[in-house]
Amino acid sequence: MSVDINKLEQTATQVRRDIVRMVHGCQSGHPGGSLGCADYFVALYFHAMKHDPSFNMKGTDEDLFFLSNGHISPVFYSTLARAGYFPVSELATFRKINTRLQGHPTTHEGLPGIRIASGSLGQGLSAGIGAAQAKKLNKDNGLVFVLMGDGELQEGQVWEAAMYAPHNKVDNLIAAVDYNGAQIDGSTEHVLSLGNLRAKWEAFGWDVLEVEKGNDMAAVVAGIEEAKSRTGKGLPIMILLHTEMGSGVDFMMGTHKWHGVAPNDDQLASALNQLPETLGDY
Amino acid sequence: MKKYTFTESKDTRSGFGAGLLEAGKQNENVVALCADLIGSLKMDAFIKEFPERFFQIGIAEANMMGIAAGLTIGGKIPFTGTFAEFSTARVYDQIRQSIAYSNKNVKIAASHAGLTLGEDGATHQTLEDIGLMKMLPGMVVINPCDFNQTKAATIAVAKYEGPVYLRFGRPVVPNFTPADQTFEIGKAVMLNEGKDVTIIATGHLVWEAIQAGEELEKLGIDAEIINIHTIKPLDEEAILASVKKTGCVVTAEEHNRLGGLGDSVAQVLAKHLPSPQEYVAVDDSFGESGTPAQLMEKYGLKAANIVAAAQKAINRKK
Repeated sequence: MSVDINKLEQTATQVRRDIVRMVHGCQSGHPGGSLGCADYFVALYFHAMKHDPSFNMKGTDEDLFFLSNGHISPVFYSTLARAGYFPVSELATFRKINTRLQGHPTTHEGLPGIRIASGSLGQGLSAGIGAAQAKKLNKDNGLVFVLMGDGELQEGQVWEAAMYAPHNKVDNLIAAVDYNGAQIDGSTEHVLSLGNLRAKWEAFGWDVLEVEKGNDMAAVVAGIEEAKSRTGKGLPIMILLHTEMGSGVDFMMGTHKWHGVAPNDDQLASALNQLPETLGDY
Repeated sequence: MKKYTFTESKDTRSGFGAGLLEAGKQNENVVALCADLIGSLKMDAFIKEFPERFFQIGIAEANMMGIAAGLTIGGKIPFTGTFAEFSTARVYDQIRQSIAYSNKNVKIAASHAGLTLGEDGATHQTLEDIGLMKMLPGMVVINPCDFNQTKAATIAVAKYEGPVYLRFGRPVVPNFTPADQTFEIGKAVMLNEGKDVTIIATGHLVWEAIQAGEELEKLGIDAEIINIHTIKPLDEEAILASVKKTGCVVTAEEHNRLGGLGDSVAQVLAKHLPSPQEYVAVDDSFGESGTPAQLMEKYGLKAANIVAAAQKAINRKK
């Protein structure tokens, strides 16, 4: 399959613009992790996943995506809107009263593209496993993707799910960890070390691959393609996606401080200067 | 007093097992999950009939709730199975976010509820589960009284679209509900019409309420007895119609006095028809080890307690 990496990069740049504008617009939200995962989201929704923006909950024969670390909702919302799930103009309502774009993603307001609420951490992998097992029962060949944060791996439920999926040969599942090494209170190394993450997932029985350059579109696309090629072989797949929090906005990179802080007007201007408008602002 | 008899005694959890098998036969989308308690939940028959539709989760209740939520996305109707304590308090946030807030069609089947779990003691005896579950928006809360009603409830909730908490117990108890009685979610069952006091009971306390009614009759008191198997949504109409007639009420449940059926009834009466109410429930306490019969006696959940509460309620009427 030919991939227009340049076009995907342009889309990711627009998604990054959306993210900083959304967070600035309501003066709250989580820009750091959202920016770091922009390339992964765009690679999934504009290249790797078979999906239908007209959206129905069941998603028969589609690939499904579950966001477990729901606080990076800005990147999820922007990607869904840019992919056609709902009007991009609705991005302006993010976190505002009566919005479908709640602070953390939810099915409660009926936003197309969301299949389960997330925000309280550690729950998305279990839901993804259930959806993957339902696909198997339904003889549906679609894949299930799950994204988790690395700090989120400190939640115990993740490891319940980690133990379950290989035992039950859930091999239509591609999970990924946003491996940026940062969480609210500092580096994961400082707060609660994740240790040898690759060895941990392998010890639990997962087929693990690493994308060392999680903010390089070609590398991300190649990593997801590699992961897809390994499905259906009896093991769940784990992608350790090495990203940089704040990627694309210089002053948000190299620090955990932009995990959940909104830019002011000057900072917004500086960020937008670094992110040219490619698809038209909302 | 209408006479109630039973020809057999059975556990309500076996009613669940029988209902699950029947629901599974009726709809191929019905699936079951269990956290290492197949025998306790009486899931064996379902597993034997539909092995590919059963998911052994292991001792990982949080993961079980999440997987159940995920299964609904593919159109499945999952029943999760573990003890009531581990079905609620242990996994409250998972239920809240992944099931209730996400409005997933999960049926939480909770066995060994209340004191009558017995000898295992307070760690395993939840007396808070009704309160926890009824506070979740959109959650239906059901506590059937005997084998037949639990079986019928299980079949009924499989046909209902939305999250349900189905609570039942461990011990063998009288089975008196007619096997052909239709289970209507949210609809009270009138067991005896009376004029002096309304006794509203749920779960295992329904049989105690019937026995209390017979005792009260000997004392010249004509008790109206209502089985509230669905605590949420509550059949407010049935409660108000009855208390309007009798002027006072006793609520009876195998649960903490705080947060249970009694609280729900009190709220309805406070708003529409303030009336004397007495509570037969555990008085803000944990349980302990003992036989079910000893515990029900020690914690005041027997027919005699309902009789005393009824007399007290009647005396409070103006």
